[in-house]
Amino acid sequence: MRKVSRLSRFNIASLAVGLAFLYLPILILVIYSFNASRLVTVWGGWSLRWYYEFFGDRAMIEASWMSLRVAVASATIATLIGTLAAVALSRGERFRGRTLFSGMLYAPLVMPEVITGLSLLLLFVALNAERGFWTVTIAHTTLTMCFVAVVVQSRLGSLDRSLEEAAMDLGCAPVRAFLSVTLPLIAPAIVAGWMLAFTLSLDDLVIASFTTGPGSATLPIRIYSEVRLGVKPEINAICTLVIALIAIVIVIASLASKLSSSQGESAAPL
Amino acid sequence: MSVRRIFARPARFAAIAPYVWMVLFFLVPFGFVLKISLSQTAIAQPPYEPVFDLTAGWTAIRAAFAALGIDNFRLIASDDLYVFAYLRSLTVAATATALLLLIGYPIAYGMARLPKRWQAVAMVLVIVPFWTSFLIRIYAWINILQHDGLLNRVLLALHLVSRPVVWLSTDTAMYIGIVYSYLPFMILPLYATLAKMEPALEEAASDLGAPPWQVFWLVTFPLSLPGVGAGVLLCFIPIVGEFVIPDLLAGSNSLMIGQTLWLEFFTNKDWPVASSAAIVLLVVLLLPLLLYERLQRRQLEER
Repeated sequence: MRKVSRLSRFNIASLAVGLAFLYLPILILVIYSFNASRLVTVWGGWSLRWYYEFFGDRAMIEASWMSLRVAVASATIATLIGTLAAVALSRGERFRGRTLFSGMLYAPLVMPEVITGLSLLLLFVALNAERGFWTVTIAHTTLTMCFVAVVVQSRLGSLDRSLEEAAMDLGCAPVRAFLSVTLPLIAPAIVAGWMLAFTLSLDDLVIASFTTGPGSATLPIRIYSEVRLGVKPEINAICTLVIALIAIVIVIASLASKLSSSQGESAAPL
Repeated sequence: MSVRRIFARPARFAAIAPYVWMVLFFLVPFGFVLKISLSQTAIAQPPYEPVFDLTAGWTAIRAAFAALGIDNFRLIASDDLYVFAYLRSLTVAATATALLLLIGYPIAYGMARLPKRWQAVAMVLVIVPFWTSFLIRIYAWINILQHDGLLNRVLLALHLVSRPVVWLSTDTAMYIGIVYSYLPFMILPLYATLAKMEPALEEAASDLGAPPWQVFWLVTFPLSLPGVGAGVLLCFIPIVGEFVIPDLLAGSNSLMIGQTLWLEFFTNKDWPVASSAAIVLLVVLLLPLLLYERLQRRQLEER
């Protein structure tokens, strides 16, 4: 007979407190973004005032647009290259330089951002590249493709390889077997990887600060310079909009991974 | 298996594009950091010298090499500001990682003991904040911790304090921010090992008469050590180089190394010293980085 429940009161309490700790600050931020009062701490009734203010703020809108473009471009390139890297690592068996390859892919996941940002900037300066949209995009691609590679690789690792092998036994060429058997199976993980890359790029402050040029600030750079001057209700509104955008992305990603888990083990999120 | 080997060949070709990309944009840039860390600051564009000019001929390149020196590293080693910044970064990272482990473990343990259905829900709930913007989450805490913020008003209303407490620009605020931001990184690897653990082991220990704390300390905790290792490294390494959290939440009287690097670069425009600081930081983190890399590879490849 199975034990009824292994869940103790202590377990439930620590879960509840932990989740409250994770969510309350964000919840408070969202609620206060609808505050009519200019004083961030005094509640003056519900209002959309700060959202109007944001949409009237040209610099903020421009920065948001820049961030969105960078996020879409870098996430797309990162997903392409990151998926290739995952395929090479989980299906390529042994090849020369494999250790260096996996090392280069895993290191940026934990590498302090100040180091990555500084080193990329020095490269761009040495190459005499004009800093702006493309330099930030390349920098974000370098960081986020590693996350994509890990997500896709963990899906590839949990995949039943006999499916690919069956296709090849039936006369499929390897590339065709990959395209028509493996790729559809890992598609949800690829989608989730794109979403993760998108949100990471949208979020990054440090690397973007190093690699961008004058006149092309991203949204986090703008938010950061405002936040340093103090709390402003308009920032609450912008943050809420970003959270809403990311929430939509998460819903799509979780639908994708639900698809993936209905076909087998779910792809690890990290 | 031969079919596998046939499949492996084109799969290896897939490595070419990411390989070239990472060598070009991850490995090669470190060469530039190293080179500029050995250069001198100059009031020029770019603000360092010598500048290598490959078209200038062999003697010019030799002269440029000769102009490189380790002065910046001497400066960092002799300047208390840097030594303290490194020490502070390591202390903050170690303290914060210990806090994260203490707070994250019970949460991960609770998750692993939930019924299977609820485990998936709890996992999504822990991951979602990781997807929300880092900067926004720190900003949310500024809202709460400021002088007339929510925390002080709650404390005043409950008569726990008689006047507002200063939270912002303190180490307490910084630790709250770090723990808040990195908690998912600690919980997820812990949960992954705890969830895989055979419940029969704990049951056997308690059937044999071990009190709960002994079951935990002699069975559960030792078995979860791989998860502890992953979580600790996943938090410790980036926290050492953290910039945003100490910059926005901690006071400005003692800086972490990420902040000094940022200041040297953006405020003082001293690129060579900033590069040297980055190289030293990299050396400090080399051992944890190598450990982490081995752990990650084993986890993803030895299934």
